[in-house]
Parts: sequence; structure tokens; C-alpha cells
Amino acid sequence: MTAVELAGITKRFPGVVANHDIHLTVRKGTVHALVGENGAGKSTLMKILYGMQKPDEGTIAVHGEKVSFSSPADAIVRGIGMVHQHFMLADNLTVLENVVLGSEKLYGIGGRARRKIKELSDRYGLGVRPDVLVEELGVAARQRVEILKVLYRGATTLILDEPTAVLVPQEVDALFDNLRELKAEGLSVIFISHKLGEVLSVADEITVIRRGTTVGTAVPAETTSRQLAEMMVGSELPTPETAESTVTDRPVLTVDKLRLTTPGGKALLDDISFTIHAGEVLGIAGVEGNGQTELVDALIGLRHADSGVIRLADEEITAWPTRRRREEGIGYIPEDRHRHGLLLEAPLWENRILGHVTEKPNAKGVWLDPKAAQDDTRRIVQAYDVRTPGIDVTAASLSGGNQQKLIVGREMSHKPRFLIAAHPTRGVDVGAQAAIWDHIREARREGLAVLLISADLDELIGLSDTLRVIYDGKLVADADPAAITPEELGTAMTGAASGHLEHEETPADGGRGAEDEGR
Amino acid sequence: MKKFDKERVLLAVAGPVIALAVAFALSAIVLIASGKNPVEPFALMFEQAGFSDIQVLIINQASMYYIAALAVAIGFRMNLFNIGVDGQYQLAAMMAAIVGAHMNLPAALQIPLLLLTAVFTGAFWSGIAGVLKVTRGVSEVVATIMLNAIATSVIGYLWLPTVFGVKVGNNNTTGEMHSSGWVPGIDMGEAGEIYGLVILAVLLGIGYWVVLNRTRFGFDLRASGASESAAAASGVSPKRMVLTAMLLSGALAGLAGLPILMGDTHTYSLNFPTGIGFLGIGIALLGRNSPVGIAFAALLWAWLDKASPELDFHGYDKEIAVIMQGLIVLSVVVSYEAVREWGLRRQQRRVGAELAAGHVLGADNNTTKEVAGR
Repeated sequence: MTAVELAGITKRFPGVVANHDIHLTVRKGTVHALVGENGAGKSTLMKILYGMQKPDEGTIAVHGEKVSFSSPADAIVRGIGMVHQHFMLADNLTVLENVVLGSEKLYGIGGRARRKIKELSDRYGLGVRPDVLVEELGVAARQRVEILKVLYRGATTLILDEPTAVLVPQEVDALFDNLRELKAEGLSVIFISHKLGEVLSVADEITVIRRGTTVGTAVPAETTSRQLAEMMVGSELPTPETAESTVTDRPVLTVDKLRLTTPGGKALLDDISFTIHAGEVLGIAGVEGNGQTELVDALIGLRHADSGVIRLADEEITAWPTRRRREEGIGYIPEDRHRHGLLLEAPLWENRILGHVTEKPNAKGVWLDPKAAQDDTRRIVQAYDVRTPGIDVTAASLSGGNQQKLIVGREMSHKPRFLIAAHPTRGVDVGAQAAIWDHIREARREGLAVLLISADLDELIGLSDTLRVIYDGKLVADADPAAITPEELGTAMTGAASGHLEHEETPADGGRGAEDEGR
Repeated sequence: MKKFDKERVLLAVAGPVIALAVAFALSAIVLIASGKNPVEPFALMFEQAGFSDIQVLIINQASMYYIAALAVAIGFRMNLFNIGVDGQYQLAAMMAAIVGAHMNLPAALQIPLLLLTAVFTGAFWSGIAGVLKVTRGVSEVVATIMLNAIATSVIGYLWLPTVFGVKVGNNNTTGEMHSSGWVPGIDMGEAGEIYGLVILAVLLGIGYWVVLNRTRFGFDLRASGASESAAAASGVSPKRMVLTAMLLSGALAGLAGLPILMGDTHTYSLNFPTGIGFLGIGIALLGRNSPVGIAFAALLWAWLDKASPELDFHGYDKEIAVIMQGLIVLSVVVSYEAVREWGLRRQQRRVGAELAAGHVLGADNNTTKEVAGR
């Protein structure tokens, strides 16, 4: 019995990857994983299935019946629900209010709705309390509310878009238990991910998508993560590990007792102190929203510290504006490249100027030097393998990975002394990821100090020389990346551990080896 | 690379052309609806454009529209809506007229003095809105609208005979300016005189382009308009940029009334043209904030103004021109957004196609292999 069947789906779409002749069959009562690199076309496909976009060719069948969706409302009527990567909840409403919002007609807004929520929560082991304000809930609990919202609307097929991206390992396990409950009750789940370890542990079937088309299906019992990875990328998976240490004893960036508060006086960052030496990569681990964004803002000068001191080499820069910091050698790979790193509708060469408008080769005195900037953009495009037909196209027409390579190339071209790398490979395909890691390593060898923030624990452990854990605006723990596993780091990220994290039992290298096997 | 440039030109022209075509068509429908011939009024107006005296009027009028539209455009380039150009240029023209009537320096000093008076008055007036936005977060739209109303009252006050006013019959004036502050026109014989300050308008257009496209400041300003967050991360101080742009916009606005003041009326009276600041908004929109586009748009607007009175002599209402101006603004807004989105998508698709075909800048082995593998 198939819950959903997509056949021959083709979507011609702005951007580099479109969907092309996609086939996907989801059996009832199973968890079906859809895996592929970032940008392979997974999200587009799910938007088609959820009625947000119409396919140009191909058919969708739900429970054997051909359907055509023109809006998500049509999809919901057919029992297809989607849990988005970014939650769509109103913080100042209760769980109950969030769930009934927009579906008041189903079970009313009072006792009947509450009973229904209770019933669903109990049946699938979601543990949702209807009368709590959403703002009081953690990320994992919010996600369960999102799942319940979809179930409440009568979904029998759930699409989960990268549900584990925001969770720590322990929460991921809990989520997977919920998914097993769902399928035991006969529901189907489409699980989108690019994390192979997770996919292998939870999925019944796996469909691999690459460059916009389905390249094959697999059953977890008969496949290894390496085989899956090869299907996904068509080449060997790179590893982020750095070979030998290049750390020197020359401090480049020193942060002392940095504190940042909201206008209301709540501490966003509190008592943050660390030193990054030349040739050192300091990794900051933490669940998103624990102060990483604020820390980056304080270092690049978008927000100014309420107290504390920031030093670049031996100069105090606490009061410097952003431009001066950038001129003096702070490179910045922002977390959100569309908001902070690019002018999407401007040509590539203007994007090459962005952030370095006062520096060579972009300017001569107060005048711009478009010719030199254009020539240098061509150099960056070649040296950093930015896939583009030219430098006059807009940044928006490049794929995420190529946009990121352009940003990395731009920042590296100014020979920074200190680089802020916030999620440098987020939303980037595997090839670009390896290239970006190489560039960071290369610069590190030449004495660059790097602050690395990443949600990808393998990346953090692999690239960093030193690890610190941020929780609720404080640096609560530190660890040696050579002697720690993602699970142990994950525990500390929930605030459960502090101080220096020691790896238990197995010696350092053994721990790493076991971890690689599991992925 | 040539291909993408051609593409840009096509996109730049498509918006206005579509907008104008739609506006003409809609105006024709209005004419049909009122039982009139839908073609003849346009024919009459086109005929007007051929007469040299009308051409001089058009150019003179367009010069003022042009400066006002530049003032609006510089705000638009960084997402600031200076709706107060109207108040700024009127107040500035009046201050220049007052200074011109009470000071009498040699022309070589007098004319720059009057220009600077207007520049500083305009900048001061818009600067109030800028300071309010930067310090108190007041929307510049609201603040400049209010300042327009206040400017009208200030002008009324300055017109009082006990202040700077001089009554000429029923008319309020500021008295005649000393002739050292008159800017001689370009004599076109029978057709009349082109204001000398038309040249200033041209120079301002060139300056606008150079500053925006060839200076660091211009880049920062455009970046702020394109993405405030990206500009801030790149090192632009958002507050300082808001204030600077507001001051620049007001400074330009201050000059908008001077071509007629210094070239023709030589006094600020009740007859002084009003509303140029509001027309400037539509013109800046139609001209896509580009100095060349705005020039065409200003000429078009001036043509509609100066050619339409003829319609009255042929049994048509000259208001058809005003309807048309309104329709142009409406269709411009719609067609530009549509063309912009279409262009962006089209480019994304083409980049995708070119990459798929292996046309990569500096293609290496790696790329060819990837493409072959698909």
C-alpha cells in the first residue's frame, strides 16, 4: 500500500538545480528518508508535494489516487502535512492556541480541542502540554508542537524538513522514538536530511537525490553510510580533520569578561573570556540561540559590549566601529550570507567590494576602482572555483555553495589576521565544503586566528584546535577536540556538563575512530 | 559577457516602455468612455512638441522636474522616501529670493551665494527629518509630510509685509532680487529663452551618477539601499548614512526651484510653481532613479504639462494629461516590479543553463568532469 507516489516530477526553476524526472514511492506505515546534498533539490520536491509549487511535468498520487495540489490547503485535505525547518509558532500564544490557529472549525477552540490535543499527544508519546506558552518551550518541545499541529489537521503523511538540524544528539534520539510511534500507528513519514548516520538509524527506506534527480533507493540494512555518501555526491566524502597543530603562542584576539545585555537588562552574553592565538582555530559549540549570534555581532562591531574588553593583537578594539575592524584585519563569514554577506541583486564584482570598499584593490582614495575590483573578482572566481558564467551576473543567480565560496574568497583576499567563520559550510554542497575547509586550514597554517561557530559537530571537532561550549550566553565548558565525541559535546551543549570535558574510557584516537564508523 | 549587458539594457528599457504603453492605452479608454476620440488628443499633443516655443517651455520646466526628481531618487537609492522635497524646494527658493533681494554682491559672488542659500535651506529642512529618524526613530515619510505643512506656514509668515514680504497688487512677493543674482538665459530668438540653470541641472545629473557609481560613499549608499543588514555588516554606519542621504536629498531639493527664480520670476510670489516635489516622486520612479532615465521622464512630464493646454482649443479637456501622469505612475510601479522579478528569474535560469552547458569562467578539468557525469 503506497501512501504517496511521485512519478516523473520535473520542475524547471530559477537557480542551478531543478527537479528532473523524480520518482519517489512512500509506503504506508514507514519512515522514508530523502537524502541529498544541500541544494540537490530536496526542498523543492517537498514544496511540490506540499502544494507550494506546481510541477511542470509528472504526477502525484496519494493512496493510489492521482491528485493535483494548488495550495498547501489542498495537500492538508489529502492528509499531507509539513513540519518546516523553521518553526512557525507564535511565541506569545499557548500551545493550544497555536495548534487550533487556522483550524478553529475542526474541534473548536476550547475543551474539545484540548481533549483532542491530549489524545494525540498521548497516542504518539509527544508529551505536549496544551496550556504552556510556546515561548517557555525549548527547541525540541516546539518541534513536537509542530508535529502535533500537523497531526491535529488530520495528516497521515508527515514531511519533516531537516528536523534534526536544530537538535542536540539526545533530542534527536527522542525525536526518532516519536517517529517510530507514528509509523507504528500506520502513519507515513518523509524525513529529509543530509545526515547519513541519522537516516540509517531511523529510515525504513531511503531515496537518494542528486543534482535534482533521484539516483537510487536503498534499504538501511543493506547499505553503509559510505555507499550512501557515494550515491549522494558521486565522489569520496571529505573529512574536516586538520593534520598537525599550527597553534603559536602569539595571541591575536583576546576577549576579556565580555558582557552584552538586552535593553531590558537580561544578559545575552556574560563573562565571556577567551584568547585565540595565531594559527589557532577556536570552535564554539552550542545549540543555536545560546549567544553565538550575539558573540559574532560583538566581535565584528554590529553590537557594542556593555562591559568587557576586546583586543586585536595588542590594540584594544572594543570601541571601534565595524569598518575600522574590517580594515584592520578582521574577516567575516556571516551566519546568514543573504542578510549579512551579499547584495543579492548586485553583480558579483560589486559583492566583491562589499565590506572592503575602503581597501585595495576596490578603491583609490575616495574613488572606487571598478576595473581593478572586476579583475580581482575574476581572480577570486577562478582561485576559489566559483561556478559562474561571468562576474556581471547577480549574486542571487548563484547557488548557495558558490555564493559562499565567493564570500570566503573575498574575505581571504584581504589577508585577515582574525577570521570569524559562522557556519562557514551551512547550506553548501560537499565539494564546496571541502574547498572551504581547505582554505581555512591553509590560512591557519599561515598564522590566521579563527573563531569557528558551527552546528555541524563533526566540522567543529575536525577543524578546531580548541573547543568551547556556549550555553545561555556563557562559556560553560571546554574540550580537547582530539579527545571528544559528538555525543559528549552534545551533552555539554544542553548545559548538562561543565568545566573541562574528558573523554571517558577509550583513548582519544579510538573514540574518534568509533565515531567515524557510526556515521 | 556581452550577452548579460544587452540583457540589462533590455530590462532597463522594458519597464518604462510597458508602463507608457499601458498608460496610453488606459488614457485612450478614459477618452472613449467619455465619448471622445481616443487618438486625436495625442496627435495634437505630439504636434505641439514640434513647435520651438513649446520646446523651450518643456526644457525649462523639465530642468526643475529633473532636479526635484534627483533629490527624490537619492533617497530612493537607500530606501528613504523623502516626500518633503516639495516643502524643501519652496522654502529654499524663498530664502534665496529673500537673500537675493537684500544683498547685492557682484554676480560672481551673488549667484554662488544664492545657490548655497538654497542648498543649505533645503538640507536644513530635510535634516530635521533625518535627525528625527536617527535619534527618535520617526519615519521620514511622516516627518517630511509634516515639514511640508510647516514649510507652507513658514512661507506664509515670511510673506507678511512686516517680515520680508512686499505686496504687489494682490500678490505676495519677496520683492525683486538684485539683478546681480539673475542668471542670464540662452537666447533662442523667437522661441524664447532657455534658463541658464538648465546647465546646472545637467551638471547635477552627471554629479549624481559619478558620486553614486564611482565613489566609496556612493557604494555605501547603494549598499544600504540594497540591504541594510549587509551594509551594516560591511561597515556602513546606518544612522550616519540615513542622515547624510537625507541632507543630500534636501540639498538637491533646495536647488529645484532656482532655474525659474533666477532665470525668470526674480521673486518668490504666489505665482511661484508649487507641487514640483510631488511630481518629482513620479518622475524619479519612471526614471528608475537613473540620471538618464530621469531626464527622459522629466521631459515627458514637462511635455504633458506644456502641450496639454492646446487641447482646450479643440474641445478636449487638458486634464487628460494629468490623468495620464497618474496612470503612468501606477503602471510604472506595477510593471517595474514585474520586470524586475522576471529579469532576476530569467538570469538565474540562464546562469543555470550556462553552467549546465559547461560555460564556466575559467573552466577547469573538474568542471568538465562534473558536467559529463550528469
